[in-house]
Amino acid sequence: MKNILVPLKRVTKTGLNNFWRNGWLSAATVSVLSITLFMILSLIMVSVLTEALVLDIQNRADISVYFKKDIKSADALGLRNDLLALPEVKMATYTSEEDALINFREKYSNNKDVIDALETLDENPLSAIINIKAKDPSQFEKITNFVEGEKYSDIVEKVDYRDNKEIIDKIQLLISSIRKIGFSVSFVLVLVAFLVAFNTIRITIFTMKDQIGIMKLVGASNWFVRGPFIVEGALYGVSSSILTVLLALPILFFSSPYIEGFFLGADLFQYFMDNFLQIWLILLVLGSFVGSLGSVVAMQKYLKV
Amino acid sequence: MIKFEKISKIYGKDLLALDEVSLNVKKGEFVSIVGQSGAGKSTILKLLIAEEKPTEGKVLVAGHDISKLSEEKKYILRRKVGMIFQDFRLLPKKTVYENIAFTLEVSGATDKEIEEDIPQVLHLVGLEHKAGSFPGDLSGGEKQRVAIARALVNRPDILVADEPTGNLDPLNTWDVIRLLLKVNELGATVVLATHNREIVNMLNKRVVSLDKGRIIRDEENGRYIL
Repeated sequence: MKNILVPLKRVTKTGLNNFWRNGWLSAATVSVLSITLFMILSLIMVSVLTEALVLDIQNRADISVYFKKDIKSADALGLRNDLLALPEVKMATYTSEEDALINFREKYSNNKDVIDALETLDENPLSAIINIKAKDPSQFEKITNFVEGEKYSDIVEKVDYRDNKEIIDKIQLLISSIRKIGFSVSFVLVLVAFLVAFNTIRITIFTMKDQIGIMKLVGASNWFVRGPFIVEGALYGVSSSILTVLLALPILFFSSPYIEGFFLGADLFQYFMDNFLQIWLILLVLGSFVGSLGSVVAMQKYLKV
Repeated sequence: MIKFEKISKIYGKDLLALDEVSLNVKKGEFVSIVGQSGAGKSTILKLLIAEEKPTEGKVLVAGHDISKLSEEKKYILRRKVGMIFQDFRLLPKKTVYENIAFTLEVSGATDKEIEEDIPQVLHLVGLEHKAGSFPGDLSGGEKQRVAIARALVNRPDILVADEPTGNLDPLNTWDVIRLLLKVNELGATVVLATHNREIVNMLNKRVVSLDKGRIIRDEENGRYIL
């Protein structure tokens, strides 16, 4: 083609014109597409939250080693050092009996009954503890076996982690279920977006039937007729992605503090702002692609060119 | 320029529109195709612009066989053959200028070419002062003249007119016919389908008479004889 720029410009201009001239139809289409994209965005945000949750849980999850009473702190610290030497151990904090008591008092300072009960006892009921944070919950077993070994049987009273493992497993199961549901829902949403674009372009084709007939009569090539519809479809995608992002900003801004309180450490708004460009790009590409695809399929079915 | 070689056209199972029609139109000729309604005039024109395919036979335009033209390639033919119709077929939401510009736009003309060509063709049909009007504001005759301007703007070799004066009063009818003659003088081959007896008789040009899908008469200085 000797000059593709001029026809390309014209096709784009026509597509833009059709988009505007459709008026309310375009507004309705863009609205529905925006809602769809917004829901997809929400799913993305949910997955961000669940990731944060997983991380949080992994951080909290730890093994607690309860020592026997009245052991020598040197022995306890010896175990601690041995643990730190293990590759699976991320952190091991030692709390002496005395410190444990102080922490306990602080924790229940508002609970009169507990404090009173404590006073009635002669000696410190609490034992020294080592809290171990593993690099991966799957390695708990190994670490536990290590601590429960012969070497430390004199000083170790109890090793506690099994409860945590159950919780962790349950939560990980929940998260993977959420992920699966998320995928299926996303798929349905994309299908909805496709159908909406498809339907709108179909209506446009019907409305423009006469004009298309004349276009063909005066010698318009197929792409000259088709091009504007593809442009129109893509425009629906682009506008709805912009609208979605504009909607998301204030909603995230106001709801983020509440969500942050619930899922400690997950500042959604910040995440959104940090990854603004990528998120918008994903929505843009997804929207444009689905819009154009809906347009192409509608033309295939209804445009006799 | 145009050759119909033993063209037969059957619609559906048994509607015989054309029956082994052979026709030769030379470059620069002015041919009127006459006949009653249903005689096959419109079918001939439709075959000429590849809106229909012949059931049998070949249609040749400027040496090219257009009877087997694919959908994607039809636009090339349409740019070489200008058309006007009884119902004008203008785009109602575009101005006169835009209607004609549209034709140039679809054939890839630059904006500059468009700006130069349209005034010329509007001058030819005598409607320079109506460039900004919409078809709805024009009379029937004016609308047809816009249609002619649109048909001519690509400088086609052939102009096909399907009952162009069917919706016009006598005065406008003659305006349009005069214009067609002018176009013919400028070198285009004109094929006019009509059942207006007076025009045909006054034109004194070649007349091809059709009846029930067959050519029954073909005379150089013909008259409309039923």
